[in-house]
Amino acid sequence: MKNLRRTMLYVPGNRAAMVKDAHIYRPDTLMFDLEDSVPYTEKDSARMLVYHALRAIDYENVETAVRINGLDTPYGLDDVEAIVRARPDIIRIPKTDTADSVREVESAIESVEREIGLEVGTIKLFAAIETPLGVMNAPEISRASSRLVGIALGAEDLVTNLGTTRSEEGIELLYARSRILFAARAAGIHAIDTVYSDVCDDDGFLQETRLIKQLGFDGKSVVQPHQIELAHEVFTPTPTEVRNAERTLTALRAAEERGSGVTALDGKMIDKPMLARAQRILELAAASGIDVNRELL
Amino acid sequence: MKIERTGVAGSLESSDTLVTVDPHRGGVEIVLRSIAEARFGVQIRALIETTLRELAVGEARVQVEDRSALDCTIKARLVTAIHRAAKAEHPVWELLK
Repeated sequence: MKNLRRTMLYVPGNRAAMVKDAHIYRPDTLMFDLEDSVPYTEKDSARMLVYHALRAIDYENVETAVRINGLDTPYGLDDVEAIVRARPDIIRIPKTDTADSVREVESAIESVEREIGLEVGTIKLFAAIETPLGVMNAPEISRASSRLVGIALGAEDLVTNLGTTRSEEGIELLYARSRILFAARAAGIHAIDTVYSDVCDDDGFLQETRLIKQLGFDGKSVVQPHQIELAHEVFTPTPTEVRNAERTLTALRAAEERGSGVTALDGKMIDKPMLARAQRILELAAASGIDVNRELL
Repeated sequence: MKIERTGVAGSLESSDTLVTVDPHRGGVEIVLRSIAEARFGVQIRALIETTLRELAVGEARVQVEDRSALDCTIKARLVTAIHRAAKAEHPVWELLK
């Protein structure tokens, strides 16, 4: 879980200007979309544009993902054929209801990897969970493939299926978020929250991002570049948090050298769970451009 | 690939290119309009010719309206327009360099 995925920016796969420039906003992950944002008449052109862009453009170390169409559509297999050859870091599977649907995509990817002489397993997977069935199957989905590096909540379809709507406080998503988060953590993979659709409401976006960070999510899907900085701010540790993390790690390293896994700091016991938390804070701080003691990372 | 009908791909948005491929007899005719033609016209024409060769298109009229697109965008739009014009549902990925 070394990669930070605080933000995953949707980029409609048929918009040439966005496909060319989206990395300048520095999301942690760029997600080129071949699915819902692309009309049926343009599936072929979006696929071809993303294919050539990924092969030609230097995205400057921004992680690249492509959301393909489902294999139950006429476009999914063609997407896999093209996109594996373009070698993004990740293929994101939409509307994942079962572990089998992950394995089907994995099998299609492996077939192309073998065909082109790419090491099997090179392309990683992300699964989007967007239905009640997907939420119920989240634990099995999370363990369906060793390629899977994360699962993501897609809320718009989900709330429709639940027979409700999205509210400001997000109470209708509490169970889905919690279940997806627990499933991801049990499998040791990332959990990414859904988009906040009202792109004019920055306060609402910030409130929701603080909520999902507190729940434990690693990041959020975003649809507008200006939401990237807002989300990163929420995930950026405060100077006090960074200082405490550095002191915690220093104290635990010193304890380790003495042959102990536990020690005290400011009169409080600290041990292994605090080590992981402190490391995560320093990783987030470093990614946010904060000067940290890199020897502790 | 044999061009059987008109194939269009792309747009006139900034950083994009609108490509139209038509049936044509007696070789390849390229019509290029680009706001960057003075600087990149030769390069864009070479890209179009190379792509046509890769896809074994010997006869076609190709109109390219460029809006300062990257080479990879021009190529993607051209390949899509050719496939649409040739009624080819699935690209032969091995042909695309």
